[in-house]
Amino acid sequence: MAKLPLPKEEYLYRGHAACPGCGAPLAMRYTMKALGPRVIMNVPAGCTPVIGGVWPRTAFKFDMMDHAFESTGAVSSGIRAALDAKGIEDATVLGWAGDGGTVDIGLQALSGAVDRGTDFIYVMMDNEAYMNTGIQCSGSTPIGAWTTTTPLGKKCEIILQRKKKIMEMMVANGIVYGATVNVAYPEDFVKRVRKATEYEGPKFIHALSPCAPGWRVDTAKTVEVARLATQTNMFPLYEVQGNEYRLTKTIKERKPVSEYLKTQGRFRRISEDMAIKIQAMVDEEYEELLRKVEQSKG
Amino acid sequence: MLRSYEDLPSTPVSLQSTEDIMTGNWRTMRPVIDEEKCIRCYICWKFCPDMSIEVEEADDFPTVNLDYCKGCGICANECPKDAIEMVREE
Amino acid sequence: MIEIITSNYAAAYAAKLSRVEVIAAYPITPQTSISEKLAELVDTGEMDAKYIKVESEHSAMAAVIGASYVGARTFTATSSQGLALMHENLIWAAGVNRPIVMPVAARALSGPWTIWSDHSDVISERDAGWMQFFCENNQETLDMTIMAYKIAEDREIMTPAMVIEDGFILSHTVEAVDMPSQEEVDDFLPPFDPEFKIDFKSEPRRYAGVLAPDWWQEHRYRRMLDMEHSKEKIVEVERDFERRFGRSYGGLVEFYRCDDADVALVIAGAPTGTAKDVVDEMRDRGKKVGLVKLRSFRPFPGEELVKLNDMVSMVGVFDKSYTMGQGGAFFQEIRNALYSPDGVPIKNYIGGLGGRDVTKKNIELIFEDLLSLSKKGKVDRIIDWVALKGGPRRWE
Repeated sequence: MAKLPLPKEEYLYRGHAACPGCGAPLAMRYTMKALGPRVIMNVPAGCTPVIGGVWPRTAFKFDMMDHAFESTGAVSSGIRAALDAKGIEDATVLGWAGDGGTVDIGLQALSGAVDRGTDFIYVMMDNEAYMNTGIQCSGSTPIGAWTTTTPLGKKCEIILQRKKKIMEMMVANGIVYGATVNVAYPEDFVKRVRKATEYEGPKFIHALSPCAPGWRVDTAKTVEVARLATQTNMFPLYEVQGNEYRLTKTIKERKPVSEYLKTQGRFRRISEDMAIKIQAMVDEEYEELLRKVEQSKG
Repeated sequence: MLRSYEDLPSTPVSLQSTEDIMTGNWRTMRPVIDEEKCIRCYICWKFCPDMSIEVEEADDFPTVNLDYCKGCGICANECPKDAIEMVREE
Repeated sequence: MIEIITSNYAAAYAAKLSRVEVIAAYPITPQTSISEKLAELVDTGEMDAKYIKVESEHSAMAAVIGASYVGARTFTATSSQGLALMHENLIWAAGVNRPIVMPVAARALSGPWTIWSDHSDVISERDAGWMQFFCENNQETLDMTIMAYKIAEDREIMTPAMVIEDGFILSHTVEAVDMPSQEEVDDFLPPFDPEFKIDFKSEPRRYAGVLAPDWWQEHRYRRMLDMEHSKEKIVEVERDFERRFGRSYGGLVEFYRCDDADVALVIAGAPTGTAKDVVDEMRDRGKKVGLVKLRSFRPFPGEELVKLNDMVSMVGVFDKSYTMGQGGAFFQEIRNALYSPDGVPIKNYIGGLGGRDVTKKNIELIFEDLLSLSKKGKVDRIIDWVALKGGPRRWE
């Protein structure tokens, strides 16, 4: 008996303006399938305002507002306060921002909203660079990745910055629930967002969402590449409740990081030596995560 | 129909959906589903960013809505049975 | 009921009387006691509102924009650097028709550091698309804040408003304020009821969105019309207010003893009270001087001010701010409004910057200067800095 693997209802209109093979509409499809229509989404600058279509059109079948780049956390707090003032209790406030809008320019307002204990879900749609402006390095760009502001030519060193550990920052900040999700694992994605709705307070969802032109991959390969990120431990899937870490996806046979790197043009200039270094860093970070998972069991 | 500033809403709010934007004309490659090979797992439906793989009723074979399909090829790439072929548009 | 309170408390009580539902505030001198008072009123249950402790003024404005979309009446307050930090979101608020009311305890912009009053913060936001009302005293701060909601939330206007009170000079000075009752204010100011709001009863909508070049210009034209409509509404709301509360302020501009005046000085904010005293004293001495109190800078009352061409033979404009490379902002715009080939000569006086007192002596010397220039029929220099150390001796 054939059955749809996810809830059937869609909350996006066809005709939206995402690039072919974009991960963002997948992330939004899964998020909204989990949340249903009683949502107020607020979105800063980034790809999503463009994906949503040009006025007078909208690609969203739910209430949504656009606002300034830095403001996602603050606007979310304002919406929640107004809902409380009006006695509307069953609506979800959904802050939806990209990685630049989260780990860089929006970090202050997000930290404020978490600190205030705002009851909302914040989804960071992480495509690992400022893609809407044309692939500039953000605080969430992974080590060694080419972007237009990290050209990796003759005079530029390969950047050695790590992705900001935004989940750890959020946990330290005081989120009640956090989860990493990946568009290549939709069932898990929906489950984690649903779980977030069970908590009252600030929830943080870190969603890996590939960008075909930014990652320099074929449009058909975006989901495959995103899956490799988790299969290689570049982007492990886990959740955090309070201070308790739990793996939500166990990878039985972990693939080498080089398999992930070689699928994408943005990592083309990485030498074998550098790939070994990156593997060591990924291993180290994964061990750290496992330690937290073990401590949580204890 | 919007003709004048007088037709604008009093505050900037959306008035219609994007469904009149035929994103299918972005396409250079078109997915073709082979129903002989299709096992109706709906993985293609699950991963379509453009909601252009449609499943009308339970147990139906998936179909492609070519009005909106941008031809990214994720469906063909993800199909576990290689039942979807990307064919160049004429 | 008469209360002896500061202008900041007058603003806070006005928010309470206006039944504000969502407050977002961040401390900054000299605004802080507004947000402190409101925190206390909310904490004690005297006021039924949600109070958001934000981490910056940029976020204060963002939070009230978000709340306003859900149909809540919103309030925040700021000064100086805080207003400057809000700049981006001020323009957002106006561009998407959020009728937020915000008292600004006007203070000079740094650096170097200053905490004292002038109008350079609010003048820097004259293009933000907000209404800007200058207050003369604490009573006007209270009355104008309540009136501002009625004007801002009108469906034909839906434009945010700044209620400007000079920092310290008003914000921290106690005066007798006649406090209307809650019933009277409820009767005057209906609940916020915008045409579009998120309430899960109407169809879901996207607010703001992306406007491409094909409609952006029309969108701006609509905002221009909103602001233009406010001119009539300000007068209408004030008439209604006067009928109910027995106080009025003259609409967008108050002409004070201008009827047979030879010269008139245009002035805004706290120095207006001082200047009125000077006018009264000089009138007693037979000097034909008049005062023009600029209440609304946005919308700009050009139609009212142009009457000065036929009323007097010399006009002075006092600015508590200076636009580098150009002059005082009030002056520039009033000169534009008054321009005609046989228009009245007009001169700019800059003073009161960074908290410098604007004294009765200063104002009197300005009037003497204007009277002497009116005899000559033209101005000597276009801009004078009042009481400038090392400046012209006339200020001594």
